[in-house]
Amino acid sequence: MALNSKIPEGPIQQKWDNHKFNMKLVNAANKRKYSVIVVGTGLAGASAAASLAELGYNVISMCYHESPRRAHSIAAQGGINAPKNYKNDGDSIWRLFYDTVKGGDYRAREANVYRLAQVSGNIIDQCVAQGVPFGREYGGLLDNRSFGGAQVSRTFYARGQTGQQLLLGAYSALSRQIKKGSVKFFGRREMLDLVLIDGQARGVVARNLETGTLESFAADAVILATGGYGNVFYLATLAKYSNGTAIWKAHKKGAFFGNPCFTQIHPTCIPLSSDYQSKLTLMSESLRNDGRIWVPKKQGDKRNPKDIPEEERDYYLERMYPSFGNLVPRDVASRRAKEMCDKGFGVGSTGLAVYLDFADTIKRNGKEWVEEKYGNLFDMYHEITAENAYETPMRIYPAVHYTMGGLWVDYNLMTTIPGLYTIGEANFSDHGANRLGASALMQGLADGYFIIPYTIGDYLASAKFTKVKTDDAMFKESEKNINANINKLLSIKGKQTVDEIHKKLGKVMYDYCGMARNLAGLKKALEIIPQLRKEFYEDVMVPGSADNFNPELEKALRAADYFEIAELMVTDAIHREESCGGHLREEYQTEDGEAKRNDDKFSYVSAWEYKGNGMNWELHKEPLTFENVKQATRSYK
Amino acid sequence: MNFTLKIWRQQNRTSKGKFIEYQAINISPDMSFLEMLDAVNRDLTKKSEDNIAFDHDCREGICGSCGLFINGRAHGPQRGVTTCELRMRHFVDGTTITVEPWRSRAFPVIKDLVVDRTAFERIIQAGGYVSVDTGSAPEASSIPVPKANADEAMDAAACIGCGACAAACKNSSPMLFLSAKVSQFALLPQGNAERRIRVQQMVKQMDEDGFGLCSNTYACEVECPKKISVVHIARMNREFLRAKFL
Repeated sequence: MALNSKIPEGPIQQKWDNHKFNMKLVNAANKRKYSVIVVGTGLAGASAAASLAELGYNVISMCYHESPRRAHSIAAQGGINAPKNYKNDGDSIWRLFYDTVKGGDYRAREANVYRLAQVSGNIIDQCVAQGVPFGREYGGLLDNRSFGGAQVSRTFYARGQTGQQLLLGAYSALSRQIKKGSVKFFGRREMLDLVLIDGQARGVVARNLETGTLESFAADAVILATGGYGNVFYLATLAKYSNGTAIWKAHKKGAFFGNPCFTQIHPTCIPLSSDYQSKLTLMSESLRNDGRIWVPKKQGDKRNPKDIPEEERDYYLERMYPSFGNLVPRDVASRRAKEMCDKGFGVGSTGLAVYLDFADTIKRNGKEWVEEKYGNLFDMYHEITAENAYETPMRIYPAVHYTMGGLWVDYNLMTTIPGLYTIGEANFSDHGANRLGASALMQGLADGYFIIPYTIGDYLASAKFTKVKTDDAMFKESEKNINANINKLLSIKGKQTVDEIHKKLGKVMYDYCGMARNLAGLKKALEIIPQLRKEFYEDVMVPGSADNFNPELEKALRAADYFEIAELMVTDAIHREESCGGHLREEYQTEDGEAKRNDDKFSYVSAWEYKGNGMNWELHKEPLTFENVKQATRSYK
Repeated sequence: MNFTLKIWRQQNRTSKGKFIEYQAINISPDMSFLEMLDAVNRDLTKKSEDNIAFDHDCREGICGSCGLFINGRAHGPQRGVTTCELRMRHFVDGTTITVEPWRSRAFPVIKDLVVDRTAFERIIQAGGYVSVDTGSAPEASSIPVPKANADEAMDAAACIGCGACAAACKNSSPMLFLSAKVSQFALLPQGNAERRIRVQQMVKQMDEDGFGLCSNTYACEVECPKKISVVHIARMNREFLRAKFL
């Protein structure tokens, strides 16, 4: 099967407008004849479900939480980008487009990124109208701040809780439609399979997490907005329930997986302190605006940071990247932090941390100023570490945070399965090999509010549909398979908990497929992962039963997929013999440790097709052409 | 550190629950309360016993999923933190800790420490929004908002919908939750058009769901993990009277 990205003709500035005009419309009265399932209620899912319902479609929305408001978009701290140029500092749609393509290390699709930059301004308008309390200036107008990877201030924020406020905005729009009856919402449901009929995505099977019952849902199209798969690494900044199951089931039913190895490791997280820790906590990237990152100049210097004089500190980002300084993109900041620690300059009891110091800012602007801007983050840091960051520098270390990879989608956000769309972090589309800060919220809401409502209409108006009911054989077969899988997991009765085996997988992924990768390590991972998968199916202990609320069973079902996803990530990382963005292959770097791309050979999206019979894939390539932003070596010096 | 835990166990909505004792051994003071429960659950798993069910997800105090009644306090003894943020260093080694689910008629128990908070969903659905369809918004800077109002709206909007306010209240009143939303929109020009209908419908829904009324004990403010002020309840009452009589 050949990949068709369906990028519209014409100059990049006109592609989306032309496409909107050329797409077929479903007339207002006919919209109620169509139904759409939206899985997930984060920024992408909630905004899509609400917007489609406003248009008149029948929408089924579901998530594994009791409430849509608990999706992990809620935890995004820093902000959302839009080139409003309110700061008069030279911003434009073109600059946001340029920064995002460059930030993604030239591995994103130009047309998608341009459209993202184009609609980003509308997102801010929409959110303000919903009553999202963005930060404001004293004159009553909206404030902006700067963020990593950009030299203009284009980031809108609501204190350190921007994701929360944007999600509550989308959630309020969704709640309004639920009340009207145009969205039927199902909470505590986890999608466990995708159902195809005549080759089209026509439904899902979900488990009711309270009763354990399997429930089938039929519709004319299915949208997955189920987030990223970063929890493959076990320790990540993701919520504990965030998982890759929905997209993985879709992948096994025929949806290609794009760039699976592109993982974002976020530079500013609270370091790991011991092995009982269940997750890592992110500290917003905005802290890098006012905090300075440093390590002692002497290896293994265990002095109290206060006792290390200025001249014995290495502000290494400012030294290496004079023009961007502490605001280099995330991949660069993370890689340099790891390098410093690997060389023995790390601080704290484990040596796996660097300092993020606010002393200069406090001296310049006062403690109150810092408190107003970052108070909640300092409080959180204090609660977790029992340290006061107003007095002693924070310790930070990179942690898995986001997956740029995801299901491959065309310009319409449709996967290789007709009628199956994927939006938000769950797709691969806009961030290339590295996502810039404040771009995830932008993409989630762009997809949900302003793209999918147009593109799905084109499909619904053109495709032919047979009548489908949930007692059709395909649904029953799917339910049977899920039940068999659940019974298998419950009957193993081994000696290890799900977490214990999952942690082993996470360590393998951090060690061999994390911030820096090399062929020998990746090959080793490819040997270990199948062994761990075998260990899981032979030795896991899942207590309780399937007929009631059983979080351990939920975990086991999610973890089972991680042992497979991990294998595809490593396979992709082995095949990509270059470094780009978050994918640093140690064999391919410049003398001063920057990623060395190979544009002649790898200027493409890898799209993997699942071939069955265990873990087998075929690689497809979507060539990337850069007509508007010239491919160059990314420099932040 | 070692603790004896008295934990509420209940199989499902209809079964009768009871307290059961567990030992939490070798607990690090830096562990979060939920990580301590993870450790207890790990021991149960090893014995093939059904785990203690509790709601959680983000484990950084923002999703609002977790919520336990610990020694008679919603989210435990510390102010301004959720259960997932609470660290064991705040407990005295060797003591007994009692852990219960939220107690409120409007929050039925689903299993063990997990309750059904969909009553909060219905309150938001009744009017906790500005009716603005996608695409119909004016340019963002055309709606100026004085910084003080925007800041206070943000204070209210910080509510995570965990339910601690209703659980802590002797009348089981969710007024802090409800007022946070009413107040956010009352402070912003965007909320003006639906000002009257919003507060009336949300209060009506609260009554229908079996929640009680506020009698100004301020327990909610003390237990709110986001330190939301009862000032918002006062503003909601004003909004309610204004909607009724003006």
